[in-house]
Amino acid sequence: MELLLSDFLILAAFLFCLSITGIFINRKNLILLLMCIELMLLAVNLNFIAFSYFNQDIAGQIFVFFILTVAAAESAIGLAILMVLFRNRGTINVEDINTLKG
Amino acid sequence: MTVKLIFYLFAAILIFAAVRVITVRNPVHAALYLVLAFFTTSGIWLILQAEFLAIALVLVYVGAVMVLFLFILMMLDINLAPLRENFTRYLPVGLTVSILIFVEMTLVVKVLSKPAPADLPAASSNIQLLGEQLYSLYVYPFEIAAVILLVAMIAAIALTLRPKRWSKYRKPEQQVNVRRQDRLRLINMPAEPKD
Repeated sequence: MELLLSDFLILAAFLFCLSITGIFINRKNLILLLMCIELMLLAVNLNFIAFSYFNQDIAGQIFVFFILTVAAAESAIGLAILMVLFRNRGTINVEDINTLKG
Repeated sequence: MTVKLIFYLFAAILIFAAVRVITVRNPVHAALYLVLAFFTTSGIWLILQAEFLAIALVLVYVGAVMVLFLFILMMLDINLAPLRENFTRYLPVGLTVSILIFVEMTLVVKVLSKPAPADLPAASSNIQLLGEQLYSLYVYPFEIAAVILLVAMIAAIALTLRPKRWSKYRKPEQQVNVRRQDRLRLINMPAEPKD
């Protein structure tokens, strides 16, 4: 009775599906959408690390390292765009951002 | 057996935190529950013997990214009421999609019931292994990651920078266009007698 690879993968899949639901129900709040994306990236990283451990291959952990880097850059730029948006429009409601809709 | 109990405890806390992140009313509480989710995940990564990344997750995410999120949340004065209306309108379709995805993933993943490998010797170091790979085989992607961070920093500053209206500063384009005759005037005047 020990931990299997599938335990971790199912946990990561559940986390991923929870964040998909979060994107559906919080579709108006831009900052919660960013948080749901962070949660998705966390689930993906959990997959990488689980495979890295069970296959005894360090490459998975190196991939997670780069994903963390890119995710940090992404959230910094996303929050900067959100700041500029709030400064110009006074709202972060996704439904009010329809200037390009034509 | 103990490891399995710890894993299930951490998984329960992680799922609870994730559910709270997507359903809680106040975004500040959502950010704090996200911190809990990251912390619990780093515990699970410790079970998986990825020590360096577990610590890096706590340092980078809990220490930097989530603080940035909280900082932005407190700077913005958001009216929450219009963001919450029709909250459950897309809940049925969202649940349908995500339950279907979960069932599909579980069916695929369940066959991967690989047992855990034998424990590494106590002298082996995760960070040494990671560093050896990172600075030899993956040194080029590592430098690209550094450039990505630099570009992100410059982009974030350039996006949010707003020049102050009342501050006095020189305009370089006017400064380099100055010619000699704009500033300097030579006057020929006769010497006056000294009395």
